[in-house]
Amino acid sequence: MRDSTERWLERLRGAVAPRRHNARTIAALTGNPGCHRRAVLDAAGVDKPRLAEHVGFPARFGQSRFAITRGNSFERQVKADGGVELLRLLRERLGLPIPDAAYTDLDGGAPDRTTDAADADDDPARPAESNEERYERSRRLLGEAAGAPASGDALIFDHPLLRLEVAGQPVYLEPDLIAFRVDGRFHVVEIKSFPVIDGQGDPSKVSAAAVQAAVYVLAMRELLTEAGHDPAVVSHDVLLVCPRDFTNEPVAALIDVRKQLSTLRRQLTRMARVEELVAALPADLTFDLAPDRAGRPSRSPAALTTALRVVEARYAPDCLASCELAFFCRHEARGQTGSLGKSVREELGGVERVPTVLALASGELAPADGQAEAAAMLQAAARLRAEALS
Amino acid sequence: MSTLTALARAQALAAGRAQPTATVRHLHLARRPLVLVPLTMAGEANAPLAVLVGTTPQQPTLLVVPQPRNRDQRLDFVTALGTVLLPYLDGHRGVSESVPVDRGRDVRYRYVEAPQLVVPNSGGITFLRLLGRNTRFRRTDGDYPVDASVPLVGRWLTFLAERAEHPGSSLLVALTEALGLHWATGQSSVEDLNLAAQLGWIDPPPGVPGPVAAAEAEDPSIWPPAGPATDPEFDNDVLAPVMAAYQAAVAADDEPARQRAYATMAEALRGQLEPTWRLMWRGLSLLQALPPGARVAGRWDADRDAFTDYAGYTDEGGQPQPRRDGAVAAAQRLHRLERALSSYAVQRAYDDPLVMADHRLTGEAFVGEVTLADPARVDDTGKRPVLRPRIMVVTTDPVLVQPGASLTSPARPGQKARVVFVTRTGDGSKTEVVLELSGGMGRGLTAPPGTVPEVGERLCYTTLTDGYAPPGTFPSREDTPWTHGGPPTDERPAA
Repeated sequence: MRDSTERWLERLRGAVAPRRHNARTIAALTGNPGCHRRAVLDAAGVDKPRLAEHVGFPARFGQSRFAITRGNSFERQVKADGGVELLRLLRERLGLPIPDAAYTDLDGGAPDRTTDAADADDDPARPAESNEERYERSRRLLGEAAGAPASGDALIFDHPLLRLEVAGQPVYLEPDLIAFRVDGRFHVVEIKSFPVIDGQGDPSKVSAAAVQAAVYVLAMRELLTEAGHDPAVVSHDVLLVCPRDFTNEPVAALIDVRKQLSTLRRQLTRMARVEELVAALPADLTFDLAPDRAGRPSRSPAALTTALRVVEARYAPDCLASCELAFFCRHEARGQTGSLGKSVREELGGVERVPTVLALASGELAPADGQAEAAAMLQAAARLRAEALS
Repeated sequence: MSTLTALARAQALAAGRAQPTATVRHLHLARRPLVLVPLTMAGEANAPLAVLVGTTPQQPTLLVVPQPRNRDQRLDFVTALGTVLLPYLDGHRGVSESVPVDRGRDVRYRYVEAPQLVVPNSGGITFLRLLGRNTRFRRTDGDYPVDASVPLVGRWLTFLAERAEHPGSSLLVALTEALGLHWATGQSSVEDLNLAAQLGWIDPPPGVPGPVAAAEAEDPSIWPPAGPATDPEFDNDVLAPVMAAYQAAVAADDEPARQRAYATMAEALRGQLEPTWRLMWRGLSLLQALPPGARVAGRWDADRDAFTDYAGYTDEGGQPQPRRDGAVAAAQRLHRLERALSSYAVQRAYDDPLVMADHRLTGEAFVGEVTLADPARVDDTGKRPVLRPRIMVVTTDPVLVQPGASLTSPARPGQKARVVFVTRTGDGSKTEVVLELSGGMGRGLTAPPGTVPEVGERLCYTTLTDGYAPPGTFPSREDTPWTHGGPPTDERPAA
């Protein structure tokens, strides 16, 4: 079953390398778990930004160079000199003496990685292999650390590669975190460059960071379980490191992500298993973006649009902030009450389409089964609006 | 989101144009507002990049920070903003009026005018709030002295941003929110955060359907974002190179090159800001065209009181606002905001039949015609005979009120109407409500003409009241209970 699903997903993706997931895409995926289109495309690793652009609805998720520079320089600053600054924050926040620390970067310097393998991201033939090797290495080293006796000294691991099962498919997480172990417990550290002003960060950014951290905690627990350790050694308290007020000085806060973890777990299990979704799709369906000689995808936008229509989407305005295909789906969902917002749809008695709403409100359309109450309310609302505007 | 507003969105989508959700204007518009469009540098914590500011549509002032990461340049920006803001604020402190207090036994004074700042969106308010936080504690002495205007600008911006949280206040207005109060577009509230898209639905150019205008507004190359965040592509393709050129010229001490780079940058930023600038004034003129609601002036009076009080407080050399309110101050503030919120909701319904329609749909209000009236009815069952006229109102609205409930009519807010009987007519299409009236009819046993509704009058009665509610009582700061952290210790030294 697994193999056939993988073959299916490969066909859906076509002759191009799969896109990698990161904690952000997984966190976003759980935001709209009912969307089949997204589940299938993400599981197959289809390049959604490219697809969206090709079908004429480019996503606008550009990032300012300034923001990237700032984020990188802050992260470098916190990690500088083997994590001296980070250690100070850890001591302060956890109230532990932590006399000594060892720093291991799991990204570079892997003995079994050649320079060629480092470029494997762009090589469609070998990406999974390279990921697996890196994952193996992370698992081995983190597993060894978990097996070592508890000590007051810290072990810091930068850039471990993690793996998480999403919709029945293993997904490698682009490393963007530090894991450290002290007193027998692992903690996840997230470094973000948004400011914490007077002890308060932007709530939407903090909650996004918490969900991402929960993804890492979950993935680390899976890794250690696989290596034969108790998953509880990974703490649900994560450290968020941000600049304080309007300065560059880092400040750390402990965030309890138990709530995010349980939401994440529930949504990952609830997410329709991709095997079932894929099995219901026509055999010749593909989103192949293989380029022609000019570098443009060789399939026509019309063919890809038709293919996209086959897989059902569930568009909501929130998608605009998180999914690269949102503009396409919005266009497709035009005329649906849900595209005006979830609350609009609820207030309109759950009626799906705007023309139906207006026809029910004017009395032109007889209410279908179960619509009588909604129709009466819509008629009353329309009458009141007309009266007040006359 | 009410059902009527949701329906208005559906109607807007079908019509290709925004639909009104208000028949009157629910905010005060100053004669001379200070319009302010800010841009910040991406990735930084409240680093101003540019501001377009002015009190008339023509010739706004452009302030530019060529290197927003530079602390001195940021402070220079605040000083420059102060040369616009502080005279503008002072310009509203000319004439005062006396207001009787304590039942006419005393008077206090308040300024006849008050300032009004208008920014494009709630992000603009956040920008001003953070800029206020960033500057109000700055010292004019010590190691890194700043210009005396900097902390003053910080306090005023903090005051305005705090006041903006006060429901119904018009001292600092986010235009998208003000427009959203009066029109429903055919898009979601998420998309309404884009000023250009929202105005595309409300007031599309001639011959252009709303959805087309809104779609165009989402292209940052046609309509740059209304700030404070910039368009990432503009950052990468235009701003980054010119900022680097500026830096290089400063490093090389090449004054002509520095001036050229500055001019290029200012021109580029002006190009990003000017489309929004024009939208701001278009939006304001759309709001101006609506007649003001009857209770808008009363809320503006409260704004003028707040402005007068704070101006006096700064004159006396008052402390900057604390970083965080203490427990008692926070509870008091929350209480004030809650009262303002409920009163604002009631006042809008009283002022605007379209807002009242929301309450009619939920059964909190009904509109009907007076079919019987007994204006001379006297209740003599008590110790003293009292005037208690009764009227019967017939309505087709659903009536959920029970006998004994107390209602008010926006037409006679000083008069109470107690529900005596509620009777559905035989076919169930109408409801007869008998009301007993008290108050608002003088002291005698005969009601002056016009104080009691007459037969044939069409009236609205509602359970919503905007009557006097006694303010809550709170302990003094020194008596903060232990459940709330106890009396606060001395505040930490300001940063």
